[in-house]
Amino acid sequence: MTAVATSISRFYDSSIGKKILIALTGIVLVGFVIGHMIGNLLIFAGRDAINEYGHFLHTVGHGMGVWVARVVIFGSIILHVILTVQITKKNRASREQRYGVTHKDASSAASRTMILSGLTLLAFFIYHILHFTARAFNDYDTYKTMLHGEQVHDVYKMVIAGFSWAPASIFYIIAMVLLCTHLSHGVASMFQTLGLSNSKTRPLFQAIAGGFAAIILIGNCSIPIAIWLCGYGR
Amino acid sequence: MSLLNLTLKVWRQSSANAAGRFQDIEARDIPDHASFLEMMDIVNERLISKGEEPIAFDHDCREGICGMCSMVINGRPHGPEKTTTTCQLHMRKFKSGDTIYVEPFRAKSFPVIKDLAVDRSSFDEIQRAGGFVTVRTGSAIDANALPIGKEIADAAMDAAECIGCGACVAACPNASAMLFVSAKAGQLNSLPQGQPEKTRRTLGMVREMDAQGFGNCSNHYECEAACPKDISVDWISKLNRDYLCSAVVEKEAVAGGGGD
Amino acid sequence: MPLDSKIPSGPIAEKWSKHKRDSKLINPKNKRKYSVIVVGSGLAGSAAAASLSELGYKVKCFCFQDSPRRAHSIAAQGGINAAKNYQNDGDSVYRLFYDTVKGGDFRAREGNVHRLAEVSVNIIDQCVAQGVPFAREYGGALANRSFGGAQVSRTFYARGQTGQQLLLGAYSALNKEIANGGVKMYSRCEMVELVVVNGHAKGIITRDLVTGKIEAHAADCVLLCTGGYGNVFYLSTNAKGCNVTATWRAHKKGAFFANPCYTQIHPTCIPVSGDYQSKLTLMSESLRNDGRVWAPKKKGDNRHPSQIPDEERDYYLERKYPSFGNLAPRDISSRAAKEACDDGRGVGPGGRGVYLDFAEAIKNFGQKTIAERYGNLFDMYERITGENAYQQPMRIYPAVHYTMGGLWVDYNLMSNLPGLHVLGEANFSDHGANRLGASALMQGLADGYFVIPTTIANYLVGEKPGSITTEYPEFKKALEDVNARTSRLLGIKGKRSVDSFHRELGLLVWDKCGMARSREGLTEALGRIPALREEFWNNVTIPGSGEAFNQELEKAGRVADFLEFAELLCLDAREREESCGGHFRVEHQYEDGEAKRDDANFTYAAAWEYTGNFAKPALHKEELKFDEVHLAVRSYK
Repeated sequence: MTAVATSISRFYDSSIGKKILIALTGIVLVGFVIGHMIGNLLIFAGRDAINEYGHFLHTVGHGMGVWVARVVIFGSIILHVILTVQITKKNRASREQRYGVTHKDASSAASRTMILSGLTLLAFFIYHILHFTARAFNDYDTYKTMLHGEQVHDVYKMVIAGFSWAPASIFYIIAMVLLCTHLSHGVASMFQTLGLSNSKTRPLFQAIAGGFAAIILIGNCSIPIAIWLCGYGR
Repeated sequence: MSLLNLTLKVWRQSSANAAGRFQDIEARDIPDHASFLEMMDIVNERLISKGEEPIAFDHDCREGICGMCSMVINGRPHGPEKTTTTCQLHMRKFKSGDTIYVEPFRAKSFPVIKDLAVDRSSFDEIQRAGGFVTVRTGSAIDANALPIGKEIADAAMDAAECIGCGACVAACPNASAMLFVSAKAGQLNSLPQGQPEKTRRTLGMVREMDAQGFGNCSNHYECEAACPKDISVDWISKLNRDYLCSAVVEKEAVAGGGGD
Repeated sequence: MPLDSKIPSGPIAEKWSKHKRDSKLINPKNKRKYSVIVVGSGLAGSAAAASLSELGYKVKCFCFQDSPRRAHSIAAQGGINAAKNYQNDGDSVYRLFYDTVKGGDFRAREGNVHRLAEVSVNIIDQCVAQGVPFAREYGGALANRSFGGAQVSRTFYARGQTGQQLLLGAYSALNKEIANGGVKMYSRCEMVELVVVNGHAKGIITRDLVTGKIEAHAADCVLLCTGGYGNVFYLSTNAKGCNVTATWRAHKKGAFFANPCYTQIHPTCIPVSGDYQSKLTLMSESLRNDGRVWAPKKKGDNRHPSQIPDEERDYYLERKYPSFGNLAPRDISSRAAKEACDDGRGVGPGGRGVYLDFAEAIKNFGQKTIAERYGNLFDMYERITGENAYQQPMRIYPAVHYTMGGLWVDYNLMSNLPGLHVLGEANFSDHGANRLGASALMQGLADGYFVIPTTIANYLVGEKPGSITTEYPEFKKALEDVNARTSRLLGIKGKRSVDSFHRELGLLVWDKCGMARSREGLTEALGRIPALREEFWNNVTIPGSGEAFNQELEKAGRVADFLEFAELLCLDAREREESCGGHFRVEHQYEDGEAKRDDANFTYAAAWEYTGNFAKPALHKEELKFDEVHLAVRSYK
């Protein structure tokens, strides 16, 4: 192997290297979550706004943009999941005999359930892709509308239809609660793992993580709640 | 002084590979001025007089500095009192009628030797993978020829207070040794004397930590809460940073040394 | 046998340089052929093992703890002396030498002490280079504090954990050599016998404390760095595992034991609180820099300390020793506390305690400053006693802390038994009858880093490397002896626990051979110790087997040796008809209660030879010559 390949493989094999990769992929996913939420909130700006946004995503960079984004996001998710599953397995193996009694002084429920919230989010993500992106097992592909004299996919109608179905909204809201707990620990953790936090800044980063997680929760859940419970757009 | 009556649930395990179990032991008339280990002494004395095997547990200095005593007491390494080792925990922190679970530090890298005594030689192995400054006896310069600012010296001393007891590992849900390793590496990495070997040390110690089978740090911070010497998780942050820098500047020749 | 201390001739300041010049050399290639056994991994052991390995010797190092880093040197709090004169307060190598000889009540060897003072400066350099985080000033220079028995500030410190930091430094050097393959480390492995072949120490027998395996190890020479015997008193500030076994086994194989009666009682320990007590905790002597020691003037004064007005307090150290005051040396401060308590003016449970009061220091410097200086000690005091020393004075009482006696060694640190070298607290050479604060760390590291690497060649150069192996009959015999002793201990199956014997022995020795000794009391102890030993060998009970982790068996072996050693301790104390340093004979005191030396008859080190009869060891005297320091009454007034 070349020196660089050896270094990369050593880095990947090490516990801290894995954690740093988890943090870096986490940053990509945080970016995705922010962008995704802002885009989705356009639904409250009316049919054309969100459809224009959807159309933009599919046409930017001659249609390549969406694929670049998808590769980066999918790649990050795959790496993030593989790494976290690997470290979780190692962590479990590091204590074969469990304690008879445990007492928690510092860790949060969110930090202790990262793998559960994470894997549930993965399941939700797959479902969500099938539901709205691949549009499997539904007729959303047939939803079309006119925008600036061009026929485009009717994202607005699809979202309203999707969230009018109670089970989809409920699953979405549950997933967003888990995403919120995942982010509240994950975002603060990122700073620590990348070596940026200390006693002075740690409370600030924890507050940022908590605030950010709450914004994502409120922002994302506002859509199914508005549609499913309040009848927005129906 | 008052006397306490306690119910102990003590982990008994005859050897590394034997199955363990909790044994119920009534500990009556324990003076509240006694230390936790003195309570164990009293219990052992009574077990011996009944012809039973005493409870094996590690201890030595009994003044909170050697790091030999261990035990997880009611789910907490070194028991309920903050920044206090088991040997300095006193029975006045308990009330008559309490049930106390006493378990060994549990981690794959700390195999049980007997009952509450565990093998922590994995810590020594990590230290041997880089926890030193290579300076031959006799080759040092005059101590004041290298000024070190008070803040830096104090910070290094904060890390150096680590007594290597392993409570951080015992407390971590992942049995990670990051607090220990980061304190040990951090002490030397933050001093000018430690700079020449910083990369080698950081990579070597982390590699050995992983090889010893410790878990990963996932920032639960239970280690900091359990640490009898109040070592801060800031050191973990620093080790992460040092590791990233070291991995970037690592050269093949450097990577060959230490650790494997 | 005449005792040749091999002190080099010439002026005191040139002896060590001359000795280094005259010492034998072994070329680097040949050094690799020699193997060295180091028993103990404290400051002396770790430093020696690391330094010898750096030179090329093959080293095997043994410790009974689970890691070499836990040796009891780690518990030293206050600091380490060095004649750096960084404070510009008139310190010098000569002054450190003088203070140490005087502090030792003129019972130490001048040559050794001067060497110690000389290399003290190198120790600080070495430790700083290793990354030991000594306290510093804002400008980046090292800070110093003053310590008992000295009028200059020459003590280097790392908060209240100096011993820990120095040991971790030595341990890191040891680790470096273990990683290099120069040292093979055996942890949880206790030396249980010394092997002597043709009159030379050539190996040891060990017991693996985890598996119980008894094993023989041969080498070209053996270094004992096994600390002191303070635990003969059961209650002491030593760690629970500290023991006399290694040095006692060597003694029984021919090594002379010197001055066992020189035991140091530390004045500032937390008093005993009950009969379950397993050890005593020391509060660093540095506390006396700011704390004022006092006892009530009135007998049986039970008032809360805050209720006792200043004029009813007896600041007895300041009163009796105005120039040193609260910084009077340890032996003097301890005895003064005992006097106050014997006088019925003691405080706390049982009236065995005096106050160490910080009220004035807190008033002058503020609680924050005091907390910065001693915070960890105040916290420790509160954990143990449940009392807050910022609000009320600490209660302190003397406790056994250090033992100046040990195996006799010459200037090369070699005992009378060729090949057997003894370093640190385990030897007798540098502190005389009393050790000054912050000098133990200095001696351990001096011996390990700077003395033995030079002097060991003087012995090895005459030896053919690797000529003795464990195949020799002496090793087989020693293995058999050890196994027989273990079986005998396990076979007694009596009624009493090991600890109960240890406690009884400790109480007896503390009572008769503690802070104040008398011929009558010592004679009584000498009558009772053999009886207790006899009972031990008939009535001790040790559960479990020898082929496994068995802490009762470990303790039993150590207590069996203490039961033999205690007799020599009391014999030596009875033989020395004078008071000096830590050895105070009530028959020999001035009218004001100060120790009365008898220089005409006792200016010698008493080196005892084992004869097979504990009651009748043979006494060899090494006359002490004082060419530099004028023998005088040791006054701190």
